[in-house]
Amino acid sequence: MMQDLLVHAVYIAYAFAVLLGMGTILTWVERKQGALMSDRIGANRAYVRLPFTDVRLVWIGLFHGIADGLKLMLKEDFRPASYDAFAYALAPWVVFTPVLLVFAVVPFGGALVPAELFAWWPALAAWFGERSYQLQIARLDAGLLIVFAFGGLTVIGAMLAGWSSSNKFSMLGALRAGSQMISYELVMGLTVLGLILIYGTVDLANIVREQSGLLLGWLPAWGVFLQPFAAVLFLTAAMAENRRTPFDLPEAESELIAGYFTEYSAMKMGLFMFAEFIEIAVIAAIFSTLFLGGYNLPYMHDGGFSLPGGTEIALAHGTVVVLQLLTFLAKVMFMSSFQILVRWSLPRFRYDQLLRFAWKFLFPIALANLVVTAIAVWALQGFQ
Amino acid sequence: MSGTELRPATAPPVPARPKPVARKVRRTYWNEPEMGRWESVYLLEVIRGLFITGGVFLRNLGRYMIGRKGAVTTYYPEEMRPDYAAGNRGKHVLTQRPDGSPQCVACNMCATVCPARVIEIEAAYDPTDPAHPKSPARFEIDYSRCIFCGLCVEACPEDAIRMVKDVPDLPRADRHRMWLGKEELLAWQPARDVAKPYPPRGASPEDTR
Repeated sequence: MMQDLLVHAVYIAYAFAVLLGMGTILTWVERKQGALMSDRIGANRAYVRLPFTDVRLVWIGLFHGIADGLKLMLKEDFRPASYDAFAYALAPWVVFTPVLLVFAVVPFGGALVPAELFAWWPALAAWFGERSYQLQIARLDAGLLIVFAFGGLTVIGAMLAGWSSSNKFSMLGALRAGSQMISYELVMGLTVLGLILIYGTVDLANIVREQSGLLLGWLPAWGVFLQPFAAVLFLTAAMAENRRTPFDLPEAESELIAGYFTEYSAMKMGLFMFAEFIEIAVIAAIFSTLFLGGYNLPYMHDGGFSLPGGTEIALAHGTVVVLQLLTFLAKVMFMSSFQILVRWSLPRFRYDQLLRFAWKFLFPIALANLVVTAIAVWALQGFQ
Repeated sequence: MSGTELRPATAPPVPARPKPVARKVRRTYWNEPEMGRWESVYLLEVIRGLFITGGVFLRNLGRYMIGRKGAVTTYYPEEMRPDYAAGNRGKHVLTQRPDGSPQCVACNMCATVCPARVIEIEAAYDPTDPAHPKSPARFEIDYSRCIFCGLCVEACPEDAIRMVKDVPDLPRADRHRMWLGKEELLAWQPARDVAKPYPPRGASPEDTR
């Protein structure tokens, strides 16, 4: 019992560290990658001066995130004369919290056997005994459904913020956010249905484990190879869910100032922005879990590597755990970087284009993909 | 003008508009390019664009990794561009007499004409030099406000202030430190100026005393 508590406390601490750390680092990545993509230098003026010296650490602008955070903390917390102060104060948290909660069901590593990990400390190993843990905060059977349930909550926060701000721009932004997120959530759900058909489960840990197999004897059975269309559609819809360019209609600054969080200032506005950046990481995590083999490298499983030639490489348990954690982080970073690449490449849609894109382009393709997948799975099972 | 009828009843009727010629593509702009079959599939062009921007990103990243600069930005003030325009006159100098004293006679013409009012002159009086009894004790220019119009050069009756092809090394964190005093402005040696020598060619020594 105590062992479970301890292990899960460590997991939760790890998840918080990863998410908040990614949220901070991604602000830097966004600035620097955007700068590099457009032949600029990017933010590089914030520095930390070592006390009592004249040494100024710039570290390629990494401290700008800290400067932003400090500035948001110290700013005046301006509130509009809203008729619904409670909803106004609640809204940032309704946006921010589900983003963190989604990560609870994402497996960020394979199986963890503490007794094997602490073999050099017999007392501790004996205390843990035969227990084995999945590197995942909450092993829920409804894993993927939880992702969608919490992902859908953020729209409530956006609507609350827009409604309680008593501002026309906020209201318009909230309306746009509502219709956009509901439209794209539909596409997201449909694309994932194909994967559920193939893997026969919604448990994310099982989905990852299924992906450590092989296709045709040499190709890793990643979701992106099984469902290439679904992967593209899912990523598109997820980025639309996150309301970032080219789908940032709810907060289109040239039209709506800042959309539904126009009336927010200081750290409340910071929470909206921070939630957006964390959601980049969360989308990257879910995408890697569903389509990129999760925490596994190609040909890798919990015991080590089994290469397509029949070669087996057994690895120590500790090595495997560290390798899996690092692989997952690397995949998350790559996909986050890809999302930022898209954000700095594409111009914003017009609003009618946005909805037409969802309903007349993505939705039929997702449906067709689902039908083809269903027929293929049925055929592979011998039309039973 | 109190006419209530803009169009008198006797005016000829407006001719009926010719019917618009039916076109295959309704164009919004006169030079709107037609999309090809593959271009109209949005996602493919998006992927092509992502390859372009991603390529630029990786190219610049690689340049930074091998120690080159991956940006066209000039990293001012750490870097200064060498290629200012030929006509650039960015810095004031006070010309000197051969003995090193400023030619300025502290007449305040430049300070008077200056539209930004950046020049401050404090005159000194030297009774032992009857040719140039007045000279600047202080001559200061506030570069945070100077607009580099060159009117001070035009106004000067003594050719004592000129503007040279240079930029003042002035980036400061504090606007009150962007003043240049007489010492900095006198750093230029006019005797070495080939284009406009001092004393002028053909001048007798008495002229320049």
